[in-house]
Amino acid sequence: MSVNPQLVGRVFAPTEPYLVGREKVREFSRAVFATSPLSLDVAAARAAGYSDLVAPPTFAVVVQELTLHQLLSEPDTGIDFSRVVHGDQRFTFTRPIVAGDELIATLTVASIKSLGGHSMVTAESSIVGADGGHVVTATSTLVVRGDE
Amino acid sequence: MTGVTAASLEIGQVVAEAGFVLSRDSLVRYAGASGDFNAIHYRDDIAKSVGLPGVLAHGMLTMGFAVQPVIDWIGDPGRILDYQVRFTRPVPVDAADGARLAVVAKVGSLDVDTVRIDLTVTFDGTTVLGKAQVRVSVA
Repeated sequence: MSVNPQLVGRVFAPTEPYLVGREKVREFSRAVFATSPLSLDVAAARAAGYSDLVAPPTFAVVVQELTLHQLLSEPDTGIDFSRVVHGDQRFTFTRPIVAGDELIATLTVASIKSLGGHSMVTAESSIVGADGGHVVTATSTLVVRGDE
Repeated sequence: MTGVTAASLEIGQVVAEAGFVLSRDSLVRYAGASGDFNAIHYRDDIAKSVGLPGVLAHGMLTMGFAVQPVIDWIGDPGRILDYQVRFTRPVPVDAADGARLAVVAKVGSLDVDTVRIDLTVTFDGTTVLGKAQVRVSVA
């Protein structure tokens, strides 16, 4: 089985809004060893000019994951999930994620490349807030190992 | 505000260093917080059945903590404009001893109001992330 080359450029349906909870930001912060008061203490976040707790940068993966699930559930991708390894990850921010945000993510398959028998699938998930304004783009390159 | 400006920095300067100890508890905590319940991050038998030495840390957990020394240095997670890594080597987490990782953050390049910080993340003497770069606002 090989990755379907016609996936390139495919845009998936926007996800249902994800409401960023304050306690979820705290829970995620602790899990990644974040100690910034802006991610843990509402008063400190407000004193710095934010409306609520500021999520650590990689929190965006929680919302991105909803779109990767769409990709890996698509019937015609030719991607064998058991052969997928996470190659690269990138987050590009317009602004940080803040508790209270309602985020919607839209995945586009940006490219598929072949390298030494493996396929590299690059998926870009653009994440916007309730006002439609861009918050962050999360980009993953998934390496699909070829038959050994 | 930390008052960091591009003019106060030099290329190659170490701006932050930190050590992290991951235990199996850390992996379970990250699984719950992130929603990534892939069993290779908590079950040795499943990890071994797919040819791994044992339970591995989530790559996204390593990416998640590796940027924290930079955030502590700059004082605000909202100053991270861009953050990318390549996962080059897995991090096995021993059930009894865990895994110790070290992070060194150095100035990679300087612009007027942004700075690129390059991260070196090592486990057992070898790097586990490649091209780990953080672009930070210092305006």
